[in-house]
Amino acid sequence: MTSNTVSESYAHRLATNRLGLWLFLLSDAFMFGGLFITRVYLWGDTRPELNQTLGLIVTSMLLISSFFMNRAETAMAHGDRKGFLRGTLVTIVLGIAFLAGVIGVEWQIAPFGVSEDAYGAVFFMMTGMHAFHVLTGVIFLLIVWNNARRGRYSVEKHWAVEAAAVYWHFVDVVWIFFYPALYLIGKVG
Amino acid sequence: MSKKTNFLSLGLVRGVFAMLVGMPLGMGLVTLIRLAVGLPAWNAEPAWVVGGLVGAVAFMIGVGSLSDWFKLAAGGELPEHPAGAVNGWARYFNFTLDHKVIGVQYGVLSLLMFSIAGLFALIFRTELVQTGLQYLNADEFNTLISLHGIVMIMAILLGVAAMSNYLTPLMIGANDMAFPRLNSFAFWINVPSGIFLLSSLFLGGFDTGWTGYPPLSVRAPLGIQMFFLGVYLFGLSSILGALNIIVTVVRLRAPGMTFFRMPIFVWSAFATALISATATQLIALSFQMVMFQRLFGMGFFDPARGGNVLLFQHLFWFYSHPAVYVFVLTGLGTISELLPVFVRKPLFGYRWVAVSSLGIALIGFFVWAHHMFTSGMSEFLRVPFMYSTLLVAVPTGVKFFSWVATMWRGKMSFETPMLFVLGAISIFLVGGLSGPPNAVVATDLHLHDTYFIVGHFHATMFGGFVFPFMAAVYFWFPKVTGRMFNERLGKLHFWLMFPAFFVQSFGQMFIGLFGMRRRIADYDPALGFEQPNWLITIAGMVIALSVLIFFINLVYSTKRGPVAVANPWRSRSPEWLLPSPIPEHNYPQPLEIVGEPYDYGLVGSVFVRIPSTAVIEEPVK
Ligand SMILES: [Cu+2]
Repeated sequence: MTSNTVSESYAHRLATNRLGLWLFLLSDAFMFGGLFITRVYLWGDTRPELNQTLGLIVTSMLLISSFFMNRAETAMAHGDRKGFLRGTLVTIVLGIAFLAGVIGVEWQIAPFGVSEDAYGAVFFMMTGMHAFHVLTGVIFLLIVWNNARRGRYSVEKHWAVEAAAVYWHFVDVVWIFFYPALYLIGKVG
Repeated sequence: MSKKTNFLSLGLVRGVFAMLVGMPLGMGLVTLIRLAVGLPAWNAEPAWVVGGLVGAVAFMIGVGSLSDWFKLAAGGELPEHPAGAVNGWARYFNFTLDHKVIGVQYGVLSLLMFSIAGLFALIFRTELVQTGLQYLNADEFNTLISLHGIVMIMAILLGVAAMSNYLTPLMIGANDMAFPRLNSFAFWINVPSGIFLLSSLFLGGFDTGWTGYPPLSVRAPLGIQMFFLGVYLFGLSSILGALNIIVTVVRLRAPGMTFFRMPIFVWSAFATALISATATQLIALSFQMVMFQRLFGMGFFDPARGGNVLLFQHLFWFYSHPAVYVFVLTGLGTISELLPVFVRKPLFGYRWVAVSSLGIALIGFFVWAHHMFTSGMSEFLRVPFMYSTLLVAVPTGVKFFSWVATMWRGKMSFETPMLFVLGAISIFLVGGLSGPPNAVVATDLHLHDTYFIVGHFHATMFGGFVFPFMAAVYFWFPKVTGRMFNERLGKLHFWLMFPAFFVQSFGQMFIGLFGMRRRIADYDPALGFEQPNWLITIAGMVIALSVLIFFINLVYSTKRGPVAVANPWRSRSPEWLLPSPIPEHNYPQPLEIVGEPYDYGLVGSVFVRIPSTAVIEEPVK
């Protein structure tokens, strides 16, 4: 159709997609940054009473899921489809377990309601926005898993896999900031 | 293809129908959930918010914007450059990948929103001619000023997107944007956004002004939720559009088009996009927090529960100050782009002008609290924010001196676009000079929330965006339509709008200095402001009349205007190498960059060429 051959190659397209994805994450990081600032502004050097064991468990699950995500992506890059499917499935299960831990348990046992005070407002907002991202990540991984199962990706061409993995790691990194902000920093107020 | 176009084949129509189905579905969903958890079935707020969100998604499905992505998710493949399925005028009402069509879509929607917001202004300005309330009540007045503000902001963002979408790929020698589907998505999401903003009129309105400060916005009528929803969606459009521009500029430049050989407009679109892609998140977050405070009773901004209203203002202005630079950088970039064409001289200090856009964008992130000098925030913050704000004058001054030096001893000609460029420069000077009094704490304490701010702000918006936008519409009209506009009507438009604007703006600053507060429906007759208010309103009506002439000119000339010559302004920019209107996949061969973009008047100099076709060479005088 066009003769702009440079911009037609897959490698060029891939680098373009990568830049787009990273800019999207940068943009999203501003939103999470805003939430972080909200926490500092309203809580200062205090924090609410939360279940530390549960916090540690969900955090470890999310961190471990990133490890399996990385293994899955590496497997894809080496043409090991079985390894990819297995790794992704573990990631998805851990992601869902994280959601169950945060929304199913922590939200229910938290010693404050959503409308009680600033602790409730900030806690539910931060965990809620993050959980929403984990949920979209799980959906993204399910789509990629299903397409990989049907052999839609190859060693050379698997941009969707890479994008899902990068997105997953990003959501994980956000939690690395949110976990101490919610559970560790400050005196129990 | 048959001549008759089926009504339902238009994406816009399908989208609206889908939205009409989606909204009740969303409302029903909320009602069911409420019943399931044992709450009273009907509650208007969550019903309208969720109904709106589901309606917006339904609209996007109906218009066809999500089909390709669904196909991709289901494991399908997408062609890289599909040819447009629809031709002729119907393209403009459909999902399309062509950045030029999307640019025009943005432009037309922008002008429509401008007209609506302008109409709101005429209605409440007329109310202000006399003291006392004549035909509006206080709530209606407040809703109209609020909607005037936010619809204008949306219109300007649409205008920014119109220019950057149409021009950026052309100017860097690309055949489309980096992500055409995302581009179309970013346009169409504005339609439900506009519908929501305007629907707030029928849902009780909202009385907060466009800034939506809590606690007022927590208590406002239901209309404010539709306002939040509308802003949320056009904010999303802004972010995605900006991301696309950045990637396009970084990745799709023609070989040899280094950063410092890009047309200056591309620099400003790039700087603008850096702001939009990041800061927009913060206004969305601040509005979302108010939205949730209303829906779930969260206590972000309720001091009784440990909340703080100042938090909202910090988050809100972190975007809403830089937003002004989104508007203005685009406009100033247009001035720098067009001025050399009509002066036939190189742009003075090209590199400095290019970098000054980035400078303004960067400093813009550190000035937001100048809106909060009277808010009760910690006093030690005042002086640093005063200085950071004043610092903006440096890169802005670079642009001004560049314009003056470019015009110095140039061979000026005064066609309509040039008149608007010169008008923009002089108005922006007024806007710029009236800025520091607001930045300096001592004077701002007096000026805050007065009509002086209104005058200052309208001067920056008219000089920094409206006039350059008009200049751009006239300048690229022959490129877009292949026809020439009516020069006489164009000049008439300018000579009505330009003086009327000065009357309006100086009038606003004058009464502001003497104590007229902004955003009030009524004022004390003893202040003696009836006559200046009357003048301001008349000036506003003259501006409206001039815009009407502008529209008539555009519509008439699109149909009946004389066929335009290939390069009516003797511009060196690459888009003028192509036929007008431009064919679907812009450049038949990659551009070759052989010289500098702004060497106007340098005999024999060439900027770009398409191999084996004509070049635009500077002639011997
Ligand atoms: Cu500001």
